[in-house]
Amino acid sequence: MIDIQISSSPLNISACIEKVSSPESGGIDVFIGKIRNVTADKKVLRLEYEAYESMALKEMHKIADEALRKWPVENIVIHHRTGVLQIGEAAVVIAVAAPHRDAAFEACRFAIDTLKETVPIWKKEIFEDGEVWVAAHP
Amino acid sequence: MKITLLAFGIVKDIFGNRKIEIELPEQSTTADLKVLLDSQYPALQQLAVYRIAVNDEYSSEDVIIKEGDEVAIIPPVSGG
Repeated sequence: MIDIQISSSPLNISACIEKVSSPESGGIDVFIGKIRNVTADKKVLRLEYEAYESMALKEMHKIADEALRKWPVENIVIHHRTGVLQIGEAAVVIAVAAPHRDAAFEACRFAIDTLKETVPIWKKEIFEDGEVWVAAHP
Repeated sequence: MKITLLAFGIVKDIFGNRKIEIELPEQSTTADLKVLLDSQYPALQQLAVYRIAVNDEYSSEDVIIKEGDEVAIIPPVSGG
């Protein structure tokens, strides 16, 4: 089972875990990406996320498909938030359920690493004295 | 032909809009579009990289853009 969502409202972490749970799954690995209060010694006030939604959903689906192909994984949920996020809020939740833990850990790691490389979502960090689109410049 | 470009992230700031229209010769490829954009918007060359998506898919340089295609300019992504 694959469940992919992009949402402007807060992510429900326990609902993600519920969704991947199944009698066949002996292990569930969950990655939660959260908003950190500091970047390169600068205080972050908040983050703003923007997605090219139709394409981002497609790319997230490709990641889930590939995870299911590469590892013996039962279920995978990838939910990403957009809009204005405050410190401590969850920006992304990935939950992976598999019969055994190795596959769950590896597929989850693969999913977040690949998401950060391929999915067209952008974040802007807002500081006290300005704002920066993350990773835009070398 | 007229092509509408969707802009995201920093490219939206560079274009000053989330959508712009440009005039592109027939049979232009995404590589041709990049050359045109780099000259019209030199700030794009300061980016770490940018890619072009056609109809929701990352495109290779030799893809020919057709009228009605959804073309998006994708600056370095930073989700997660």
